Amino acid sequence: MQVPILKQGAFLIATVQSALTDEDLKQLRDALVGQVSKVRARGVIVDVTALDVIDSFATRTLRDVAHMIRLRGAETVIVGIQPEVAFSMVKLGLTLEGVATSLDLEEGLAYLNRKGNGSNYEVRTHR
Amino acid sequence: MSNSPDLATMTEARLETTASRLRELVSHLRQQRAQLREEWARLITENKLLTAMTKEEIFAEATSVYDNYVEALETGTYEALQAYARNLSERIIPRGVETHEVVGIVLLLRDVLARSLFAKYREDFNKLNRSLDAYEPAANRIAATVAVGFVQERERIIREQQEAIRELSTPVLQVRERLLILPIIGVIDPQRARQLTEQLLRGIRTNRAKVVVLDITGVPYIDSPVANHLVQTVEAARLLGATVIVTGLSPEIAQTIVNIGVDLGKMNTVGDLQGGIEEAERLLGYKVVPTQEPAAQPA
Repeated sequence: MQVPILKQGAFLIATVQSALTDEDLKQLRDALVGQVSKVRARGVIVDVTALDVIDSFATRTLRDVAHMIRLRGAETVIVGIQPEVAFSMVKLGLTLEGVATSLDLEEGLAYLNRKGNGSNYEVRTHR
Repeated sequence: MSNSPDLATMTEARLETTASRLRELVSHLRQQRAQLREEWARLITENKLLTAMTKEEIFAEATSVYDNYVEALETGTYEALQAYARNLSERIIPRGVETHEVVGIVLLLRDVLARSLFAKYREDFNKLNRSLDAYEPAANRIAATVAVGFVQERERIIREQQEAIRELSTPVLQVRERLLILPIIGVIDPQRARQLTEQLLRGIRTNRAKVVVLDITGVPYIDSPVANHLVQTVEAARLLGATVIVTGLSPEIAQTIVNIGVDLGKMNTVGDLQGGIEEAERLLGYKVVPTQEPAAQPA
């Protein structure tokens, strides 16, 4: 199951639709890291609302995505982790350290916008 | 096949004699009602049962228990007695009557009645035996019915109270847009900790909270599993995009948390609830300033 990646303004949005195999996750990682500079994205949002379970491989992959994208010059935020999923992740010691998380897509966009406005490197064009 | 009508007739005959003996027994108990009831009430006081009740109350209850008892013997049905036992339990449980007292008084009544049978048939041993044959199973069944009714009622009350306590124990309150507080009072046991986590994470979702102030001023101590659980809850909340500020940690709890070696960098703690709310407001970009003039006081 391929994850569609949409471009929305300066952001890439990947919405996970159903459970992912390890292969799917790797593919998502490569696609996001590849596309991020191609489209000059400033931020990436991965929406995992649909996931009932996030295991250690998924957590590691998401963390890798976030770190790699930071190296490529953009910010990542994971959105839509369900309460039950969050708690079982923490129980397993999977805490997505150093990765930004938000309640849902809207919050994620707000987070990235705030981040962008605070950046020293952004050149604002006033129309 | 040809034998069975005889057998049936015999069984019927035996049943009939049991029934007729019970009838005899019941009329005997009705005749002796005043005296036996008196004797029973005396024994209850003597054995220091039902100490929570006055003499008059004991006598009144003894009368209705006696009548219900005899009625159950007569009809052989226990529904009415069951309902009465439930009703009685409902009345006496709040007054602190214990299980052993209820079982005790029913057994006392059983013995009082058996004694009266001994007195009645002391001339005729066979008759006494047959009479007891009819009486004992019924009496035991009555005792079991009343005792079980009492225990069931007690359990029902306990369940209700547990439910009430659970509902009261973890309120999730919104004090500002996107700011929740969870004041926790009393000891946190593992079950309550689980419930707290559930409420907090669900509260974050339904209220779209960004900051949660978890106030544990009212918690006297926590053990390490619960402390770990709290830390995990804080991390889980972060995964939902919310920040948790823990306030009101007592010296004992601070020591527990340091002893289990929790990474304090992950925990956001402030001294008291006021400080916690102020910090939360800062995180959310609120600024509370006094108005020029104090608001007019209502007369």
